[in-house]
Amino acid sequence: MQVLTFTCALLVVAPLVLVFYHLVYSGIGAVSWDFFTKLPKPVGETGGGMANAIVGTFILLSIAALIGVPIGVLGGVYLSEYGSSKLNWWIRFWADVLNGVPSIIWGMVVYALVVLPMKGFSAWAGGIVLGMMMIPLIMRTTEEVLQLVPNGYREAALALGIAQWRTIVQIVVRTALKGIVTGVLLALARVAGETAPLLFTAFGNRFWNHNLSDPIAALPLQIFSYAISPYEDWHRQAWAGALVLLLLITAINVSVRVLTRDRFHK
Amino acid sequence: MTTGEKDFTPVAKAQPPRSAAAMPALTVKNLSVYFGTHQVLKNVSLAIRARAVTAVIGPSGCGKSTFLRSLNRMHELVPEARMEGEIRLFGQDIYAGNVEPVIVRRRVGMVFQKSNPFPTMSIADNVTVGLRLNGIRTRSVLAERTEHSLRMAALWDEVKDRLHAPAISLSGGQQQRLCIARALAVQPEVLLMDEPASALDPLATAKIEDLILELKKDFTIVIVTHNMQQAARMSDDTAFFYLGELVEFGATDKIFTSPTQKRTEDYVTGRFG
Amino acid sequence: MAIAAETTRTSALGEQNLAKRRFGDRAFKWLTLLMALSVFVLIVLTGYQLAHGSQLALHKFGWRFLTSSDWDPVNEQFGALPFIFGTLVSSFLALLIAVPLSVATAVFLTELAPQWVRQPLTIFIELLAAVPSVILGLWGIFVMVPWLREHLFPALKSTLGFLPLFQGPIYGVSMLAGGIIIAIMIVPIITSVSREILRSVPGLQREAAYALGATRWEVTRIAVLSYAKKGLFGAVILGLGRALGETMAVTMVIGNRPEIAKSLFAPGYTLASVVANEFTEATTDIYLHSLFEIGLVLLGVTVLVNGLAQLLLKTFGGPGVKPQQ
Repeated sequence: MQVLTFTCALLVVAPLVLVFYHLVYSGIGAVSWDFFTKLPKPVGETGGGMANAIVGTFILLSIAALIGVPIGVLGGVYLSEYGSSKLNWWIRFWADVLNGVPSIIWGMVVYALVVLPMKGFSAWAGGIVLGMMMIPLIMRTTEEVLQLVPNGYREAALALGIAQWRTIVQIVVRTALKGIVTGVLLALARVAGETAPLLFTAFGNRFWNHNLSDPIAALPLQIFSYAISPYEDWHRQAWAGALVLLLLITAINVSVRVLTRDRFHK
Repeated sequence: MTTGEKDFTPVAKAQPPRSAAAMPALTVKNLSVYFGTHQVLKNVSLAIRARAVTAVIGPSGCGKSTFLRSLNRMHELVPEARMEGEIRLFGQDIYAGNVEPVIVRRRVGMVFQKSNPFPTMSIADNVTVGLRLNGIRTRSVLAERTEHSLRMAALWDEVKDRLHAPAISLSGGQQQRLCIARALAVQPEVLLMDEPASALDPLATAKIEDLILELKKDFTIVIVTHNMQQAARMSDDTAFFYLGELVEFGATDKIFTSPTQKRTEDYVTGRFG
Repeated sequence: MAIAAETTRTSALGEQNLAKRRFGDRAFKWLTLLMALSVFVLIVLTGYQLAHGSQLALHKFGWRFLTSSDWDPVNEQFGALPFIFGTLVSSFLALLIAVPLSVATAVFLTELAPQWVRQPLTIFIELLAAVPSVILGLWGIFVMVPWLREHLFPALKSTLGFLPLFQGPIYGVSMLAGGIIIAIMIVPIITSVSREILRSVPGLQREAAYALGATRWEVTRIAVLSYAKKGLFGAVILGLGRALGETMAVTMVIGNRPEIAKSLFAPGYTLASVVANEFTEATTDIYLHSLFEIGLVLLGVTVLVNGLAQLLLKTFGGPGVKPQQ
């Protein structure tokens, strides 16, 4: 039985190993200085890079963070520090359900809410949809981390006559700050790889984005359009883009692990 | 004394010296506390003398912690907590409608069983946190209060060279004295202590006990303890609680040598509890 | 030691601070409440936008939308049955492959694996969970599909070809490829949730079984698995919820042909894929509204399935279960 389950475990891990192997094998050739600095070449020509997509991803993540972090963290504060148990149960339930809604549906909603009124695809729309996706994620991780702060600190602060809101902000949140930051980083890593919602919000751009109200390129979008294209050179670049994207996401996940490892407890 | 009741500012003079005729620091009348439908304290009445140490003793679950917390309105943190009766701090009703619990807690400080210095702050920041988060930011005032409070807590000599070290780098006993300094920094009139030395080794405990004896010259102290010898050693008055009722209250000597109630006698001689 | 001057104390307790602090408490509480309520706003907004955006299709087709197989943008006839079929079949296939593998791996991790293997293996699985759909799809197009086309599918055809499931032309891109790739995507979450559930089985259960003389596997089967049955079922439903909504990786390997076929080698199409592929090409209003209606169907199905999973996990899951990601 041990052998059987071990085999299953190996089968589970195999795709990861294979994917990473192929990413490196097929993509490393195309990862060059050009890749990071040049724009895509016109259709059919070889060379060029994904500079605009890489920058685009960072821009979109920044906008998303501006939306997702305040709403998510403050909402998580409410769930942890205030609220009736009944209301909180419902908020948690729907937050968890939202976390399971397919990302393409978020894209459709933001299409109707932002793209149609703005009469065009834009970086704003892309950032908004990623930000909306981050809200329930960050809310739940923030709540969990705040719940771990021992009650003794709250009591000590209140016993000193410190106002409740200050206690929460300057004592409780401050104590849990590292955990909150890791929650935000994990949410960013999660939305950094999302393609579907960006298909009809950010839309993609072969050139630099100079105005946030214009369409913008993003790494996952570029990977997708290159992958389904008929050009060999673009396929190679898709692998390179995938390698860069996966490294970015893995880097965030690893730094989260490092951050949560050195916790001093007395 | 009804002046200052509007915003509960203390009347502008120092605590009265200890004497039988002086106004008690805290007057408790017919206090009953309920958590939901469960009655935890039943009709407690007593007067806590100013600048004295009052010990609160009793077996587990007798309500002594709840009693302590009702003195600075900390029991209100428990949902469905309700109280009846009256508690006056130097004559002022601490449960009056317009009195904020936050204000009460600045005049009636608390030290907890498990020391809890804030882990993200240095020693000095911990001491001054009660002042800073209430709007006092003048550096000179903060520095002076830091030294003053740490001296009062008998910790100054040990930490004066590393005031900016993290508070959690101190030993258990030192952390508890830091918490005492933190409570003293906001200059309360009364200091409530909930089994402050129960988590400490005997050496650290002895230091805390000496500290309390020093502090009572300037503060009124109410200490909950399950260690009867400690109560007998340190306190001037003792209150014995049992199952939510105040069984007996009086001078410590009397309680321990010639109590009037049989239950008190049984408890202090160790027949139960 | 004399008590310091009263002045600083009274100024700190002054009336102004009182008003400010009361305001601060109330304002902060309301601010955080508002932010928390955003969850309700989001879900209502989503439902409303999808319903509103599919009005034309709802009116024109009614229930026929769900039963017709005719997806013809040119003639403005839209029936979603092929996509419903594709989503259900690919998800079912994925569960068929993923659930045994995931539960077995979870059992291995919690009960049977030597200590030194557990942490690295767990990290591997978490890394797999972090791989974006599009990257897996990329690997799917260029590595998995050719391999399926040249090795696995012909093998299946020659051995199991008497079943209509394994007949017909082999392209590589197919319903089965879609199912396999979804399986790879949902294995990490089923494994990690199952692992938490198994870990929360009280040690007493295991001890009781050992005391009766059971072998390690028997202990696992009797004491752990049957105790954790309901929670594990919740994990499976959670995996189903993920499977239903998978978009990018599926689109890249399933073939994207709106037909209902008997063979697993035939191309398929899912609800999420058709939206991903055709949304930006939708030229007419009715086309766009039909796609919105597909989104509405997908939303309804995933909310129901995920809601069920949440209820199951919250009731039977044990303390460590975190159904996000």
